[in-house]
Amino acid sequence: MITTIFDRKGHERVGGLFPPADTPHATAELIPPDLKRKVAPRIPNVPEPEVVRHYMHLSKLNYGIDDGIYPLGSCTMKYNPKLNEDLARLPRFAVAHPLADTSHVQGSLQLLYEMERILAHIAGLAAATLQPAAGAHGELTGMFLIRRYFEDRGDSNRKYILLPDSAHGTNPASATIAGFTVREIKSGPDGMVDLAALDSVLDDTVAGIMLTVPNTLGIFEERILEITDHVHRAGGLCYFDGANLNAYIGRARPGDMGADVFHFNLHKTLSTPHGGGGPGSGPVAVAEALVPFLPVPRVVHRDGSYQFDWDYPRSIGSMHSFYGNFGVALKAYAYLLQLGDAGMRAVSENAVLNANYLQTLLKRVYPLPYDRLCKHEFVLSGKGVGNGVTTLDIAKRLLDYGFHPPTIYFPLIVHEALMIEPTETEGKETLDQFAAAMEQIAREAKENPELLHNAPVNIPVRRLDQTRAVRQPILAYPFTD
Amino acid sequence: MRYIVNTAADRRAMLAAIGVDSIDDLFVDIPPEVKNRYRPLGMGEKSELEVREAVEELSLRNADPHAVIPFLGGGMYDHYIPSVVGHVISRSEFYTAYTPYQPEASQGTLTTMFEFQTMVCELFGMEVANASMYDGGTALAEAALMAERGVGAGKIGIARAVFPHHRRVVDTYTWAAGIDVVEVPYMADGRIDRAAIPAGLSGLIVQTPNAFGALEDLAGLKDAIGDAFLIVSVNPLSLGVIAPPGEFGADIVTGEGQPLGIPMSFGGPGLGLFATRMRYIRMMPGRIVGRTVDAAGNVGYTMTMQTREQHIRRARATSNICTNAQLSALTATVYLATLGADGLQEVAQLNMEKAHYLAARIAAIPGYELAFSAPFFNEFVIHVPGDPQAVRSALQEDGIDVADPRILASLGVNNAIAFAVTEKRTRAQLDRLANRLEALQ
Repeated sequence: MITTIFDRKGHERVGGLFPPADTPHATAELIPPDLKRKVAPRIPNVPEPEVVRHYMHLSKLNYGIDDGIYPLGSCTMKYNPKLNEDLARLPRFAVAHPLADTSHVQGSLQLLYEMERILAHIAGLAAATLQPAAGAHGELTGMFLIRRYFEDRGDSNRKYILLPDSAHGTNPASATIAGFTVREIKSGPDGMVDLAALDSVLDDTVAGIMLTVPNTLGIFEERILEITDHVHRAGGLCYFDGANLNAYIGRARPGDMGADVFHFNLHKTLSTPHGGGGPGSGPVAVAEALVPFLPVPRVVHRDGSYQFDWDYPRSIGSMHSFYGNFGVALKAYAYLLQLGDAGMRAVSENAVLNANYLQTLLKRVYPLPYDRLCKHEFVLSGKGVGNGVTTLDIAKRLLDYGFHPPTIYFPLIVHEALMIEPTETEGKETLDQFAAAMEQIAREAKENPELLHNAPVNIPVRRLDQTRAVRQPILAYPFTD
Repeated sequence: MRYIVNTAADRRAMLAAIGVDSIDDLFVDIPPEVKNRYRPLGMGEKSELEVREAVEELSLRNADPHAVIPFLGGGMYDHYIPSVVGHVISRSEFYTAYTPYQPEASQGTLTTMFEFQTMVCELFGMEVANASMYDGGTALAEAALMAERGVGAGKIGIARAVFPHHRRVVDTYTWAAGIDVVEVPYMADGRIDRAAIPAGLSGLIVQTPNAFGALEDLAGLKDAIGDAFLIVSVNPLSLGVIAPPGEFGADIVTGEGQPLGIPMSFGGPGLGLFATRMRYIRMMPGRIVGRTVDAAGNVGYTMTMQTREQHIRRARATSNICTNAQLSALTATVYLATLGADGLQEVAQLNMEKAHYLAARIAAIPGYELAFSAPFFNEFVIHVPGDPQAVRSALQEDGIDVADPRILASLGVNNAIAFAVTEKRTRAQLDRLANRLEALQ
């Protein structure tokens, strides 16, 4: 039985959190009657022990990376080191006010400054900004930068952004919000960008291409240098979506592949926790030609101290109220300090090894539409398992076996897709157990499909009625008073 | 690397199962030219102990919070965070979960999202809230885009007394969308000049309390702007005592949620609050959670109304937002649950009363006066005699920090300093500040 805090009986005033007022004024006399709140918000007064039990109970209905493998493709659900959580709570970082005098926040500024440099280097690009608060926000920043770049050159003709049909949904949405029109290019039979299809749309109306490398099938674009070269020759720019950086961190750099703009997902590749849906951080690195357009303020080191510099007249402006998600950048910074070069290499090595191993085990049981070397993830199809069993059924049955399911029904170019990304922080033993459960589910699909249609049965709630949620929307607590 | 689980023997067995000889064989698809261009960072591996010490040492380059009393505002404030909040959000079932794409394994996150939406609606007096945006500035920018989708006039009005750092984000997003932004001046009392609101807007953005701390009078404002959306950016904590914008016909209400138990953390992560009317829900950006039932008829929660969102609608989505600020939303939820309606009123009163005590003390000093006559909540502007930078420096020498007066000057308020006061400030600290200013005479 799931209850909300609003189901708690209201108590009398609880109090005790704050000392009594030590100043003479009374609010009642300070607020003009027409500005005064007359009806209190319906938030019950609940004593602390009951608040704690309520949220402890809810936490137990959740599955996190500390509970087990979380193989959501393209989400890079790796272990989140505990050290980084401690460091983000260091008092002098946690209480730093964004408008504090810069002499009071030299540590915070130095961290931002160093992190931007480290990220620019990992990207193989000239400079970076930490302002974007998530991956999609990084995409939007990148699209704005490209827009400004052409505006600055007086080239108003370039209104198209090219996107492979395997792209994440955020890509077309980001390009559109930045004022571009999206043109989709079909993938070739090998799952990669078809150069001929690309060339057929490249002209002086194309502002650029958004690529995910490796792509969402987990396949590295082997012709990446030709792709970026062709786009550049046509006068366009190349945006790389960094969601899949875990596949090659420590071994290759997007700048060396022809990227002009690249966004990181610190909450994926660099281990910061996802928090059930954020906060993330989506720093953007750019090539030299785009540096003048980066968001302001920028952090500079000048005359022996770290400062903000606003004097970038060609900048796109600001993307965030302040300087981005400092608390997230701090965790990623600590992670990179631990890793060093060798650690980054070990990340991509084990991420790719784990994915190929799991792909090898599972392709015996489930169709693998693009059967080849994968990078950090791969995409199976649930189609053809038989007996009317869908990918959704497979995912829900995995819950009964205690595993979080993979990403499902994405990418769109694979029917009944199951997109699996184990990450480097799972071991062979866990992968073997996961594969065994997937094999068992395939057997059940043939022998007793009802088990799958009815799944899950072993967890706190059964399958939820999504249609009802849309048709009869209840989007806030239905108070009866 | 400490976080790798595979042993050397595991790796050998896995390579054999895959049918390759070495790890390098797994990377043959990356062009050799690309691999050859790779340049390492030149950073060695570090132990946990070394990293802890290095980052702690870096933190010591920030000022000691006990040595500096902040009177800084601008949407982020030095509020007290009850211990419960940190303990609940440190449950790794919450903070190490992904977006709740599998609702059956995410009822904890989803239930708290539903609670959060409800609390935002209650605070704002609105009908539907999303599960969060990145921060106050981006929430306001998304509100401008939504108003444009709804009305399509190509023009947004914005009160000049909106926080400049929120305004800058609005400017960036609207530039790309090709929307004109028209600034609406403030009157001598610090509030928006209604007579100067242009016609033919898609939306009008006002903020209350505004960048001067002044509480805007929202009554009748909606009627004054015709079909345009009334967009109100608020400090959520003020709504413990101040009437919510929903009562005045606001179409969209946004805000920076940091005052609700979230550490300032040098400006991020914050929490973007966003609420609207049910009739506009199809235009709304961001995730929404709804209540439904499971196959056994029991209540459960799931993300819903997703056809607005990028993963379904792609190029025609209402926003590109995906990851938002869920853990900050949980933080605000636990904060509000811990305080309850009465505690929220109590903390809002403390902010307001202490701010008014300080304002009265400073305004009693010859040469100092309140810059605006409008009522205020916990932030106010004082005209100071002489150079405000000199006043600021003098305060800093005494361990008191106030925001750079150039921020006010950028809004046309010269020779002035803004002060923000929270429940954490004691009367002794307020007196110390006032006495220091007196001593400057």
